[in-house]
This record gives sequence, C-alpha cells and structure tokens, in this order.
Amino acid sequence: MARIELVVDGARVADDVEPRMLLVHYLRESLGKTGTVIGCDTSNCGACTVHLDGRSVKSCNMLAVQADGCEVTTIEGLATNGQLHPVQEAFHECHALQCGYCTPGMIMQSVDLLRDNPDPSEEEIRLGLEGNLCRCTGYHNIVRAVQTAAGSSGATAVAGASDSAGGTR
Amino acid sequence: MSVEAAEQTTEQPVREIGRDRRRKEDQRLITGRTRWTDNIVLPGMLHMAMVRSPFAHARITAVDTSEAKASTNVVAVYSGADLDESVGVLINAWPLSPDQVTPVHPPMPTDRVTFAGEIVAVIVARSAAEARDAAELVDVDYEELPAALDLKEAAQDTVLAHPDLGTNKSALWVFDSAAAGTGTDVEEAIATAREGGILIEREYRQQRLIPAFMEPRSVVVDPTGEQLTMWTATQIPHIVRFALAATTGVPESKIRVIAPDVGGGFGGKLQVTPEEWLAWWVARQLGKPVKYTETRSESLMAAHHGRDQWQRLTLAADKEGHVTGLKVDLLADLGSYVALIGGGVPVLGAFMFNAIYKFPAYHFSMQSVLTNKAWTDAYRGAGRPEATFGIERMMDELAHELGEDPLVVRERNWITHEEFPFTSIAGLEYDSGNYEAATAMAKEMFGYDELREEQRRRRESNDPVQLGIGISTFTEMCGLAPSRVLGSLDYGAGGWEHASVRMLATGTVEVVVGVSAHGQGHETAFSQIVADRLGVPFESVEILHGDTQISHKGLDTYGSRSLVVGGEAVIKAADKVIDKARRYAAHMLEANPDDLEFTDGRFAVAGTDQSVGISEIAGAAFASHDYPDDIEPGIDADATYDPVNFNYPHGTHLCAVEVDTETGQVTLRKYTCVDDVGQVVNPLIVDGQIHGGLVQGIAQALWEEAVYDDSGTLVSGSFVDYLVPTAADTISFDTATTTTLATTNTLGTKGVGEAGTIASTPCIVNGVVDALRSFGVDDVQMPCTPERVWLAIRSGSEGQGTMAAAAPHFDEATGMQGQTDRTAGADGPTGGSAGTDDAEGAGR
Repeated sequence: MARIELVVDGARVADDVEPRMLLVHYLRESLGKTGTVIGCDTSNCGACTVHLDGRSVKSCNMLAVQADGCEVTTIEGLATNGQLHPVQEAFHECHALQCGYCTPGMIMQSVDLLRDNPDPSEEEIRLGLEGNLCRCTGYHNIVRAVQTAAGSSGATAVAGASDSAGGTR
Repeated sequence: MSVEAAEQTTEQPVREIGRDRRRKEDQRLITGRTRWTDNIVLPGMLHMAMVRSPFAHARITAVDTSEAKASTNVVAVYSGADLDESVGVLINAWPLSPDQVTPVHPPMPTDRVTFAGEIVAVIVARSAAEARDAAELVDVDYEELPAALDLKEAAQDTVLAHPDLGTNKSALWVFDSAAAGTGTDVEEAIATAREGGILIEREYRQQRLIPAFMEPRSVVVDPTGEQLTMWTATQIPHIVRFALAATTGVPESKIRVIAPDVGGGFGGKLQVTPEEWLAWWVARQLGKPVKYTETRSESLMAAHHGRDQWQRLTLAADKEGHVTGLKVDLLADLGSYVALIGGGVPVLGAFMFNAIYKFPAYHFSMQSVLTNKAWTDAYRGAGRPEATFGIERMMDELAHELGEDPLVVRERNWITHEEFPFTSIAGLEYDSGNYEAATAMAKEMFGYDELREEQRRRRESNDPVQLGIGISTFTEMCGLAPSRVLGSLDYGAGGWEHASVRMLATGTVEVVVGVSAHGQGHETAFSQIVADRLGVPFESVEILHGDTQISHKGLDTYGSRSLVVGGEAVIKAADKVIDKARRYAAHMLEANPDDLEFTDGRFAVAGTDQSVGISEIAGAAFASHDYPDDIEPGIDADATYDPVNFNYPHGTHLCAVEVDTETGQVTLRKYTCVDDVGQVVNPLIVDGQIHGGLVQGIAQALWEEAVYDDSGTLVSGSFVDYLVPTAADTISFDTATTTTLATTNTLGTKGVGEAGTIASTPCIVNGVVDALRSFGVDDVQMPCTPERVWLAIRSGSEGQGTMAAAAPHFDEATGMQGQTDRTAGADGPTGGSAGTDDAEGAGR
C-alpha cells in the first residue's frame, strides 16, 4: 500500500492505495466520485477524462499514486457555487448529450481544449476531441456546444479560475 | 398594446409539442450526478469476474479452480459443473418456424464452448480486482474442435457449430408475393426481364458490426430483500424480469428489475445475457449482493453483434426502368446461439426490401445459420438497414444500366403521395408519406444539380480526387408492433405499451411509462406531451420508468417504438384522466359534464366565467370530501395501447464524398437529409437522433467491422481495432424535416431512433461507387476502407479483391458463381461497369 494525499474537487483527501490502482478506480471506488466513468480498457474512449493540475488526463491511463500531491478536478467539481461551467451550460443548451455516458469526459476535454485555444475552428474542435468517443450524438451537437461555449464570455476564464486555484502549475 | 391584451398574451400557454425544449435529463448527466449500474454499491457486496474461452469451439475437458479458490478474498469459484437448474437458460423469443434448429443456450456451458469469449468459470471475490486476479488462476483444459466460422461455408454444413444438432441451418423463412396474394410471381418477372428487359444480379455483404454502446454492461443483484432485485444496464427491464421468472424458477412477483441510468444501447442491450443470469444465480447461492461489470474487450467479444449477412439480389425491370420484380436470398449469421430476437432480425428486413417502391412481384428467403462466433441480434435498425442497403444499392445499379439519374429512376418506381394509404408488396399498409416533397427539399438544400455539374467537370479533367454523389431514399417499419401481427409471426410476446398518469394532490403529475429510456430523452418529450394534453406546466410533470416496481407493465425500448407506441399510451392515459376529472368538475361547478369545455388545463362551463383547473380537481380528489356518488374517488388513470399498424417514417438522404483515387481515401464533404417523421414533438431531440443515427450508419459504410481470424478469435476486440468514429472522422450535417402526419396515432408521430442509421449506409456506399463508376467499379465491399477502394479502382472490371463479391451470376447451371451481370436489353451507358463487360463473354 502507498500513501497518497491530493486535492479532489477542492477537498483535501488522503488514502492508502495499492500501487497498481488506477486513478479512475481511486476516484470511483475510494472517493465515490462516480461521475467519472470507465468506457474502455485501452485509453481510447476518454470517458474517464479529468483535470490533473488543470490539464486533461485520462484517469484510466495513470495510477492513483501518480496523482499524489496533485489537484484533481472531476466533472463533479466543475460547477462552482451551484453555477454550471459555461461548457456544461453549452452542452445542455446545444443538446450535446444523449445517454450522457461520454459526457463527463467530453466536457472535461472541451474545457481543456478551450483553455489552449479559446477560439477554435470546427476542425480544431474536432481534432481536439479526437480522444473522446461518443456513440449517441454523432458529434454534431458536441461541436456546436464547444463553439457556443467559446463564444460565451468567461468560458475559458472560469475554466482557468476553477482549475488553477490551489494547483501546482 | 392594451393591458388586457398583454395579459391575454402572457396567459396563453405556449404549445409544448413542437418546441425545442432543453432536456430535463441533462442536469444530472452534465454534473456527474449519475446512477449507472456500476456506480451502485451495497453493503457486503461481492464482485464477479469471468473466465472466458479463448477458443471458438472446444470441448472443456477439465476446469481446475483450486488455486483461484485458495486466493485471499476469493469467496467462491464456479464452473459449469457447479450450476444447477435454477441458473435458468437464455431464451429465444422468436422461433421462425416450428422446426427451427435452436441450440440450448446455458449461461455457462459444462462441456463445450461455442465461441471465443463464452464464459467457462465465474470468480466471486471481495473486490473486482481480486476477482480478476483469481480469474487468471483458473486452469481450463480444452480439446479444440473444428470451428464453423465463414458464413457461406457454414451454410454448407462442412463443419458443424453444434455437432449434436447435425446442421448449421437454423431456420428458413420465406415470403412470396404470388403465394401471399400480394403480387405476382417473381420468377416470371425475371424470365421476362431476361428476354427483353433489364436484369441485375448482385451479391452484397453486410459485415458484422458491434453495437459498442459507451457504457459497458453491468449487473448488480441484491438477494436480501423480499423481492430479489437486479439492476442491469439494459434496454428491457420488463423482458428481463419475465425471462428470469420463466427460466429460473423465481416467481415473477418476487423479481424486481431496475434499469437505472443506461449508457446507450442501440439494440446491444436488447438482450438477456449470460452475465445477468450468472449474477442472479450467484447472488441467490451466496445470499449476498454481487456485481459484475464487463471490460470493454469483454463487451466487444461477448455482447451480441449485429448485421452479418450475405445478400443475393435479383432485380428485374423493363427497358424503361420500371422495376417488375425483386428476389432476395439472404444468408444470416446467428453466431453460436439463437439470441433473443436472433433470426427475427433479418426477417424484419423481409418487409423492407421493397422499400418505397411499387414492385409487382417479390420473393424473400432467409436462411439463418449457426457459426462459432459471438451471437448476433438487434443493432440499430435491426434488419431494416440491411434491406435498405440492398435495395438502394440496386436502384443505383438500375439507374447506371439505364444511364439515368438515380433519383429519376427512383421516382419512376416509388409510391406517389396521392397513393397513400398503400399496401406494399410485402403486405404492409403504409399509412402516409410524401417522397416527392422530401426529395425536392433535399435536392434544393444539397445543391444537387451544382454538385452533379462539378462531378462531371472533375471526371472530364481526370481529377485524381473524384466526387461521388450518394443517394438513399428510404422508409422503414417501426413502432414495434401490433400484437396480433407479432402473434402471426410466432413472436413470443406482444407489442403493446403501458402508461399511468397520477395526478398528485399538490398539483404535480407523475407519469409512469413502460418504455425504458437509455439516452432518448423520454423524460423531456413525454413531459411535453402531457403538459399539452393536461394543460399543466412542463416542469410539473415527472416521468418515471425503468423499474418494474414502479413501472409494473411494459415492453421496453427498441424498434423506434417509445414515442409512437409508448407515447400513445401516455396520451390515452391522460385522456382518461381528463374524462374522470370532467365528472369531478361537473360536480364542483354544479354543471352537466357535457356542458364543460376542457382547454389549457381548465374545465369551463360554456358561456359562463365558471371554471375549475385540473390541479384543483386533483386536490379535491385527494381529499375526497365531496364527490359524485356514482364514481370511484380519484382521477388517476392507466392505459395500455396496442398499435394498429407499424409506423413508416421516410426520408431522402444525399451525400457528397470525395475519393482520392491514388490512395483510396474517402472523405465526407457534405451530407444532407430530409426526414419525414410526422409530427415532431421536440426538434432538438429529433435532430440529435438523426445525427447519431447517421454516424452509426456512415461508420458501417466506411469504418466498422467485427473481424475474426481463421481460428475464430475476434481481432477487432478493443477500441484500438474496432473503429468507432471520432469527432475528427465526421462532419456536420444539414438536416431538415417534412411533415406528413402518421394516421395511426393521435399526434401523427413517427419513429426517429433508427432512421439515420437505416438511410445513411447505402447513401455513402452509393456515393463511393458513384465516384468510381468511370473506373468500371460497381461495388466496394463495406467497410469501404482505403485499401478496398484502392483495390477496387485497380482491379476494375476484373472483379478482384473486394470486387470478388460483385455481380455474380445466379444460375444453377454455373453453380451460382461467377462475375456476370446479365443485363439484357439495356446497354450500359459507358460499357464500363464490371458486370456489363463480363456479360459479353459469359456465353448467354
């Protein structure tokens, strides 16, 4: 067992974990952060995407021990004080989700994409989301949602604020 | 504007039906407040892992579980020999004939595995990780058996998937228009066309696909309550409960099945699964809650697959391009078991090969075949995409032979809008449609004529990147299904649907539905319907579903049935509420019930200012201090609705694809579709269903295939190899609707869940072939990978590589083999089609 201490969605947590435990299993099973889900075994689908120190990572693709000392933001920590993140708002507004299983990862990746590129073209959005699979929407409305969030004031600013607070970057 | 007028305006309720309401479902899903089955944790819960066969077909000679059993935190290990009768069996609900060959489908076999991925042992441990670790320690001895893998070879019975059954042929299902009295004899039509008309013979491959829903299947069973409870990632909680009761000996009244949040299905979760049955048995055995969640590779390997057919098609036409007959001969791969719907899936296609056309003669035969591969069942469209692909490819071939625009040839043969209701050659009555209107709008939006002109220019200039224009004009039968029709087809259940409307004392409304959503947006759409019907706010309506303890009666969600069947049940229940409330209102207003008008949620006495709202009536009914003597207190109501007919959405889809003739790469440039789904309840949801459906259909055309190697191992067993498209592979779509109301339900709605998938596959392949016509290509097998396209271009009329499947010669005398398209009477416009060229030397 290895001792880890980290901040998840603004709360300081510490646990003894098996060194082989994946971050996504730690989030789901140890912390009950079931908003983050698992869709594949090969890091293709991106359903488990979270932010680690403000940047998107596939939480099935790293060990919990690698997150020691880091700040993790999951879909459950994205809204602040009951106020949805602009990307969350845009996904709702643009009907960018159906079953919703890919949605947490898709939203977290979109936030990261907009941080890198606040005004992306459609092609840049599509390439930026290439690591996240959705089987329901055909991506059409997901692209619209990211465009909408990019156009709404504060999308990137809020993302930056919520993710960098207390972060190590 | 006067004050009065302004007030009137604000009081005027906005009609909910047709409004682009944002979904009620979203709030939880975008904030991670979700209830997927795998999220469920119960006190003392144990975890299961499966040991699966690496062999397609093998005898199990020994299973040594001792080392696994000895592992720390392992609670139990079971192999097939440990099971008893109470494990039950997996059912086939649709035997196609009394003599259908149906292997017994045990949840875990004792002596023989029949596909790679079949379960041979179950580990139960305190954690999922420990269960998986211990699964590695189970030692299974196999004696490998020859495996029936190739569909055509399996149909010859050279190697048997189940040696004890003596054949791989499961069922032969035939429809003949002459025998059924719906039309004439197709053989006569073919003979006539052979003499002086046009005869097109083609063989097409419907590759095997995997539904690949994003949420892996998961099941939790809690045996500790009075009712045994199963949470399962399923589309069909009611059918699962029925099948558990029917096969495991537990009374139905002791079973509660819950489908909580379910992450997509697309037919892939329309199943009763070995994993569910084993979890049920293990939990009962141990008296403890258990959970099993599959990995993605297990899901791809062992959840059911879809499609997988060879289609041999013969289309007869006169010289003017009027189709005179269609003959369809299918081989359908069942995999190693006959699944819940199983061979019924290709049979659903039997009614759709004739599509939107007026064919005078039609013959359909389907042979289902057992092989040693994963079992197949419904995948989005289920039989209808296969049929639509076949006929829409053939209509393009006919147009090519005639040298005419494919849309013109289609219009010559389709049912005109004045001809509805129209009884099809397959015996269905299409209630409504307007193919002309949808096509005209699609052509306009697409810029059809301009793109044809560009195509001509690029052909003439030998542009290395050729432009292809793909067309698909489709209809489908959905809204499954009239129970009597299902009975006549020997299906094991009905097709009705149930709903309850409960008027709560404080003014809100609970609606219980039997259909079970997994991404469709039922909560939003049904709320809109109820809000309009009862005149209550959209926000006041709560839709409850997916739990047999709440929704005791239903037949679940598949076949684009939820709105057109389930929604109609909701309307009928709401109308009963209004009828009951009318009696209360009359009593409260001291009026005659017949003198009351119900508008926007209020009963008013005609010609007076006296009125009472339905919520007030609900409150009065709750108190029941004062109500008419001759009625039962309360205004809640239930309704069960059995549809009178299937439901026939249609549409015209057009695409432009660019094909790089040097690399074989196909790039989507434009996709335009106009769908007629009748009354649209929520345009946002309809558009979303179309978008997602399109991409699944396009993925069949271009990317996806479940590939087995020569030993029966699924080589596309992860998302690295099974190419579910990404955002970067796809484009934005131009969608629109025309509205021809369905005449068989109250609102005039038509199903939309499968439309995009059904239409888009042939649209894309027609586009790819259209781009390559000048190279003598008349088919590219799906998925149209760069390699296949490149080979098709290079092999041209020789019909090598992927062309091997094209244009065979269906003649007994030549062994039904060959590359000949015997097109009599009509010279190919370019002489460049593979079939036409070969026909010259075929010695006819």
